[in-house]
Amino acid sequence: MPKGIVIVEKERCKGCGLCIEACPFGVLGFSSDYNSSGYRVVHMEHPEKCTGCAVCGYVCPDVALEIYRREPVGGTV
Amino acid sequence: MPVETAVPAGYIRVFGKPKALSDVKYTYCPGCHHGIVTRLVAEAIDELGILERTVGIAPVGCAVFLDRFMNCDFVQAAHGRACAVATGIKRARPELVVFTYQGDGDLAAIGTAETIHAANRGENITVIFVNNGIYGMTGGEMAPTTLPGQRTTTTPWGRDPRLHGYPLKISEMLAQLDGPTYITRQAVFDYPHIVRARQAILKAFRNQLEGKGFSLVEILSTCPTNWRMSPQEAGRWVAEHVTKHYPLGDLKDVR
Amino acid sequence: MSRVLMRGNEAIAEAAIRSGLKCYFCYPITPQGELVEYMARELPKRGGVFLQAESEVAAINMVYGAAAAGVRAMTSSSSPGISLKQEGISYIAMARLPCVIVNMMRGGPGLGNIAPAQGDYFQATKGGGHGDYRLIVLAPSTVPEAAELVRLAFDLSDKYRVPAMILADGMIGQMMEPVELPEPVDPGKIPPRPWAVTGARGRGKNVISSFDLEPEGLREMNLALQAIYREIERNEPRWEEVETRDADLIVVAYGTMGRIARSVVHMARKEKLRVGLFRPITLWPFPYEPLRELAERAEVILTVELSAGQMWEDVRLAVEGRAPTPFFGELGGVVPSPKRILEEVKKYAG
Repeated sequence: MPKGIVIVEKERCKGCGLCIEACPFGVLGFSSDYNSSGYRVVHMEHPEKCTGCAVCGYVCPDVALEIYRREPVGGTV
Repeated sequence: MPVETAVPAGYIRVFGKPKALSDVKYTYCPGCHHGIVTRLVAEAIDELGILERTVGIAPVGCAVFLDRFMNCDFVQAAHGRACAVATGIKRARPELVVFTYQGDGDLAAIGTAETIHAANRGENITVIFVNNGIYGMTGGEMAPTTLPGQRTTTTPWGRDPRLHGYPLKISEMLAQLDGPTYITRQAVFDYPHIVRARQAILKAFRNQLEGKGFSLVEILSTCPTNWRMSPQEAGRWVAEHVTKHYPLGDLKDVR
Repeated sequence: MSRVLMRGNEAIAEAAIRSGLKCYFCYPITPQGELVEYMARELPKRGGVFLQAESEVAAINMVYGAAAAGVRAMTSSSSPGISLKQEGISYIAMARLPCVIVNMMRGGPGLGNIAPAQGDYFQATKGGGHGDYRLIVLAPSTVPEAAELVRLAFDLSDKYRVPAMILADGMIGQMMEPVELPEPVDPGKIPPRPWAVTGARGRGKNVISSFDLEPEGLREMNLALQAIYREIERNEPRWEEVETRDADLIVVAYGTMGRIARSVVHMARKEKLRVGLFRPITLWPFPYEPLRELAERAEVILTVELSAGQMWEDVRLAVEGRAPTPFFGELGGVVPSPKRILEEVKKYAG
């Protein structure tokens, strides 16, 4: 189980790639999928490396990313 | 938000679309920093819990659809007049939180007078000034903020200061006045700068809630489309060149 | 009602305050200085907002903001200043915001002078700024009528969500006359503004805008405006007739000229000339129908204006060839005497 999960809202993504460059762990990459506007959307290429740090969400200009982090065992954050 | 991958149990949401943003997709170009700035404004509204008493002034230009992207009340202003419109609203109903969101063509060219005088009166409003050194929506023409030598559609051989003057430093000008409370210049080309810009925007809204007066956050932004750059190149251009002409940091902060 | 001796500019200001004016934004210009000064003194004392803006452009946009926020708002100026306000007025018209704009006209074009003139008729009644829009235009010819029309301007503007203009000149603005001031309006009687930007609490967001990028959408907005304008044209034309019942010659004049023309009618009647006066009070909507009816039986319709013939075009549209429509105008701030106009009348009457 990775520490973090990035959910991509496919229709909001414009494929600018800023999140790919910003991710400190090389989690994200372009998928082979295109959305209805014709943009090649981002996906988690290496989900196992995700820490849920949310840097990708911060730099995403289209608010296309939702980030989840694993709750620490024995309590909530 | 439609979720494509189910989130397994045991995970908590740490980042996502703020409540002050609607489900309407941005009309900004891919990689444009406007989208980040718009989100930061929405985050500040969420964090302060002021959505139900906030009125935004939508500009003319790339953020002309701002009222669709956000969930608060909005007034659409004529090009450059946002600070005058905001003055009218705030004076009529001081209990509202009023902000303008303007580009550099809007705020630093046609709206210079409205901006300077609202600042000089110390109007208790928040101004978000997105400076990308160009007229984005009309086709990439020279703005007063365009850098010397920068090519635009109206300076095809680069801006020549002998013909077109020099980049207008609005924030430095405003910081000389007695009226404003908080004038700062930020950028959003990487994560640390976004965090700082977020704090600045939050402060600019908090100042208004505390009745402190005029706050303006200038944000150096990109226009990958009209700069003819990739979003990544555009961000680096801001970091390496634009910040040399427009240094980052607080220019005035009356506590 | 309280009867006081007041200057026109001050009577307009006082009537506005009594009409529930909350926000007044201005920029100094002659000949409406007394209006600005009266507001500066009185409005803050009575719970309102007075703000001297950095320009006419800013002042009208402040009106736009205050009106959007749902309060009674007003600005005043004179011809060159009104030209500067046109951008904002066009936005206000399309955004369907009520407000009152006072134009104390002066001689033009350009800087002109500060003497009485009526050269802004086209600007006031035919749009003024860009796009297909109208203002409700009210033209007082006396100081008491100015006070009365200010109240009407606020009420009509609220009723239709169309900006209203008081169109007068320095003659009306600066002369003193006894005025019956309107009673202060009951704030509860001012129509509610559910569309105003007051914070999206317990409702969806309100957006005040003059914009739709889609041609079909913008057409709908325009059609809605036009529907309101047709309603105003049906309901609101106002005019005054003096001695028109048996008149062979009708003088058509408004505002300051209307006042002078009234004397002309009395002088003509003393000389047994059957002359009457038709004085439009609403310049838009122009009272076409009643003037047309008069033209059916009158022999001459003489238009007299302090312009090169602007209202004259509306007079001819009303008359549509039913009678000859000569014109007499003065320019540059020259105000003709009643005697001079009587000479003009005698060319056609008697």
